[in-house]
Amino acid sequence: MDPLEIARWQFGITTVYHFWMVPLTLGLGPVVAIFQTMWVRTGNERYLRMTKFWGKLYLINFILGVATGLVQEFQFGMAWSEYSRFVGDVFGAPLAMEGLLAFFFESTFLGLWIFGWDRLPKRVHLACLWIAVAGSVVSAYFIIVANSWMQHPVGVELVDGRPVMTDVWAVLTNNTAIAAYTHTIFGALGVGAAFLIGISWYQLWQRRRDGIDSVDADGRVVVGEAPTVRGRDAADHGVWITSLRIGAVVAIVGFGGVALTGDLQAKLMFDQQPMKMAAAEAACQTGTAFSVLAIGDVGATDCDDVVGLIEIPGVLSFLAHGDFDTEIKGVNDLIPEYQEAYGTHLPDDPMLGERAGDEITYVPLMAVTYWGFRLMIGFGALAAFAAVVALWLTRKGTVPQSKRIMQLAILGILAPFAANSAGWVFTEMGRQPFVVAPNPNPSGVDGVFMFTAAAVSPSATAGELLFSLISLGTVYGVLMVVEIVLLARFVRGGVAAAMPDLHREDEDHDASDGDVLAFAY
Amino acid sequence: MDALPTVWFIAISVLWIGYLLLEGFDLGVGMHLLLSARSDSQRRVMLNTIGPVWDGNEVWLITAGAATFAAFPFWYASLFSALYLPLTFVLLGLILRAVAIEYRGKGHTRRWTGTWDLALAGGSFVAAFGVGAMLALTTTGLPLNENGDRIGGPFAWFSGYAVLGGLAVVGFCLVHAAAFLGLKSDGVVRDRAGVWFRRWTPLALLPIVVWVLAVQLRTGSPLTWTLVLVAVAAVLWGVAGGRAGREGRAFAGVALFLVAGAASIFAAVYPVVLPSSINPAFDLTVDNASSGAYTLMVMTWVTAFGLPLVLAYQGWTYWVFRRRVSERHIPAAHAVVAAVVPRDRTAE
Repeated sequence: MDPLEIARWQFGITTVYHFWMVPLTLGLGPVVAIFQTMWVRTGNERYLRMTKFWGKLYLINFILGVATGLVQEFQFGMAWSEYSRFVGDVFGAPLAMEGLLAFFFESTFLGLWIFGWDRLPKRVHLACLWIAVAGSVVSAYFIIVANSWMQHPVGVELVDGRPVMTDVWAVLTNNTAIAAYTHTIFGALGVGAAFLIGISWYQLWQRRRDGIDSVDADGRVVVGEAPTVRGRDAADHGVWITSLRIGAVVAIVGFGGVALTGDLQAKLMFDQQPMKMAAAEAACQTGTAFSVLAIGDVGATDCDDVVGLIEIPGVLSFLAHGDFDTEIKGVNDLIPEYQEAYGTHLPDDPMLGERAGDEITYVPLMAVTYWGFRLMIGFGALAAFAAVVALWLTRKGTVPQSKRIMQLAILGILAPFAANSAGWVFTEMGRQPFVVAPNPNPSGVDGVFMFTAAAVSPSATAGELLFSLISLGTVYGVLMVVEIVLLARFVRGGVAAAMPDLHREDEDHDASDGDVLAFAY
Repeated sequence: MDALPTVWFIAISVLWIGYLLLEGFDLGVGMHLLLSARSDSQRRVMLNTIGPVWDGNEVWLITAGAATFAAFPFWYASLFSALYLPLTFVLLGLILRAVAIEYRGKGHTRRWTGTWDLALAGGSFVAAFGVGAMLALTTTGLPLNENGDRIGGPFAWFSGYAVLGGLAVVGFCLVHAAAFLGLKSDGVVRDRAGVWFRRWTPLALLPIVVWVLAVQLRTGSPLTWTLVLVAVAAVLWGVAGGRAGREGRAFAGVALFLVAGAASIFAAVYPVVLPSSINPAFDLTVDNASSGAYTLMVMTWVTAFGLPLVLAYQGWTYWVFRRRVSERHIPAAHAVVAAVVPRDRTAE
């Protein structure tokens, strides 16, 4: 087997997996911090319950993001040593900053938050959570600065064939990074929001199903209590309806932000990586039309088999330039330009192994870019639409009795995850055959680019790569099941699962002398 | 010659030493969970001594790796790709350990906690061994060609030194954790940790002493021999303290031993960061493996700002959680039950 292919699959699988945990961390963290702030400000116990419940789910998910993040940090060197050597001067710095200025804050202050409930003054404790959340949000910035440099290399000059950093400010304020970062953060808010909506929906539905809540003749909610079930009191209803409606608002804000920043990103990409955007559109011929539906063998790289079924004239120009008549170059016109600039064949370098001298395919897999782009937008729009519907359906204080709708709300949690994954797969696969994409003038730096085929570790054998792919893949698979089972268990347990002492004041008030930890592993 | 690469060699040595010093007892506590604890509540006491801090400690590893990438990309690339298999195990170990710490208490069947105990202890052992092997090979060399790539296949790194380094870090972690538990726990766990420390410290520290001496005999200098003497004095002082029941001294002695011992190793190999066992001309050194002066200057500013801050707030964390943990502090396990009104199944 081919080490390059295995290394690419491994990077893809581990990264997409990692980016299931991460957007939930990024999206849920600020929400939990807001809930706790509301509790500290108002003293209303509803917000304490929301903090505890969503905080518990946040932590169950958080740890898997941390654990799988380690792999990301290591595998550049392990599997992509030539890449690491080539870009280290500029690419390593944001990673080191991420550790020093973000991960330390995130991990240390989250530890303080988890164990600090009874040790720290209320406001200090709240500040710990905000600092930890800020750490997550800042870490996302640094890693996207690193990734954006691969899309749009800036702030360097070529010295002895290697990019050497000359302007860290240019790297940190890379326009690609600003657009991608805001896009990612809004996308993550969408993930957190759908999580809030789906789970709150289930809780409200369960309360109705159990006969706790009912509706009056106007359809308004009549909140009840179930004294036999811990946590299912009247205040419990407020926890879920508030969570749900805040979630819906966050979803709408998130989607609005995603659309605006995505548009910004697309405009940059037309300049910086024209081939990626042409492939995203399956735009074989130069023109102005946006493709709504194309059929045929979209994966073909020679374009002959792609048949555009529905195209809207002008829209592609609008996406790229904000007008309706600028011609956007198609794949067929771009190929000769790329061949002229970067060659038709890989160099005859022994470092490239069997690939030395191979012909270069400049068009990414169009089936992936075309559908990745559309799935991203489609799932994102679906999630936003669902949030609006959720706001409308819950306007009278609870959810419909229908089990189907409840199941859809739970299933809807997956939509923004799918949108996030599709977006990353699109942007990374769309950069191929480059790992560091060359940008046409004037946005690029001459000679700063790297073929993915030249990036893999020369010493890595297929056996080693296969071993890590299979072992990591297996562990990831098992841990995914465990996380979902745990999340489901704590969701079904409701607030009482996250607050063991809820309604327990007079029950088993055992011999503890007030010395027992508020939380312990 | 520029001083910045040397500054960064020192900075990376500091990050690695910080990692061993802090995560050393986390990994050791993980192993003691199976080695020394005799009941579930003892295990929970152990786990909660590191509970609030272990994740922050692990960031030292991430930062050491990333800083090596930033400051010495050729070192990072050669070392990590040459040690592909052992590092895969380190990653698997660290993943399982992290998840085990967080998930262990979220279920209460014997099978659930037992499985996570195994993952925690096994993961800690594998990670400690792998990191030790990696650091030892960094000081003794790997078969690298002129491009810095490993030759000789996936197991070319395997040698007595790899095993020695692995055992050295595992042994150190166990001792360090015993001293830590003596300082941070109370009751049975504290007593047992003291007994373990007094009985096993000399044997457990033997491999790390051998490693230190092996490096010194190859490339020692008066400075590094002085550090070795400091390390030896520190550990004797600490062990004597442990025997006298002085837990603070025991911990400080072991910690100082690690700092001086590891510093003696890093100082002895300088200016080589990764020797090639094939040809000394292929050695990676602070000069030929480092990033450009501009990058190093930027990183120096970031570190000068960031690292004191990290030390300050991590120090504060240890102060907040300074209290000893004992079995009476551990809340009773509570089962998570579905918040659903029980219904008569036959009625449905």
